[in-house]
Amino acid sequence: MSVKLTTRQVGDVTVIDANGRITLGEGASTFRDTVRDLAAAGNKKLLLNLGDVTYIDSSGIGELVSGFTTVTNHGGQLKLLGLNKRIKDLLQITKLYTVFEVHDDEASAIRSFA
Amino acid sequence: MLLDSNLESVDKAESTVLRIAGELGFPEDDLHSIGMAVREAAVNAVVHGNRYNSRKKVHLNVTHGPGRLIITIADEGEGFDIDALPDPLAQDNLLRQSGRGLLLIRAFVDEFELRRRQPHGTEVRLVKYLANAS
Repeated sequence: MSVKLTTRQVGDVTVIDANGRITLGEGASTFRDTVRDLAAAGNKKLLLNLGDVTYIDSSGIGELVSGFTTVTNHGGQLKLLGLNKRIKDLLQITKLYTVFEVHDDEASAIRSFA
Repeated sequence: MLLDSNLESVDKAESTVLRIAGELGFPEDDLHSIGMAVREAAVNAVVHGNRYNSRKKVHLNVTHGPGRLIITIADEGEGFDIDALPDPLAQDNLLRQSGRGLLLIRAFVDEFELRRRQPHGTEVRLVKYLANAS
């Protein structure tokens, strides 16, 4: 099972809802392509909702980082929402908690882009 | 068990090890950790060790001793110097796209050993303790 990504707008924030597994191969490349395309299209406020992501490996983590860099280089912001404990643990292990802004509820995440 | 050097083998390695680990009675959280470690090690073998070379195999061995699961995963590649790898936790490396596999493996198992395999390749040995083993 790979990852399924859908996007929606909440004001000027683009929310990417991810469902499935972000792992080496199709999952990671799907995520990379989606974020890259959104950033290139001028979307500067991206909120990645990982609430329905069941699994992420080091390649998936790498694509999160790559996405963050891509969006930042386009003058935008990429933030994370809805991480389960296991993904939070991964961010702690990799020290990426110091890089990403993480939110537990969507409303406060959206407000944080103001 | 010999596996081909492709991504499907990563799934096979994970499912094989998890089936055995489940039969041994590892709890859900430990199963997740074991699965993560095996996937990362298998990916390393396929991608970095064997470089997807169809002529090279990934060697998977799973055994268990009293209160522990022992997994070895080896490739038939050229080998590498682990000390030459960049530290993924160094500030300058945090935004690197890759290089976190070994870090995650070590985080999810109780014992980790990496050694050169003769005549070619690298082998990792992973051990996970079964809590409350009798």
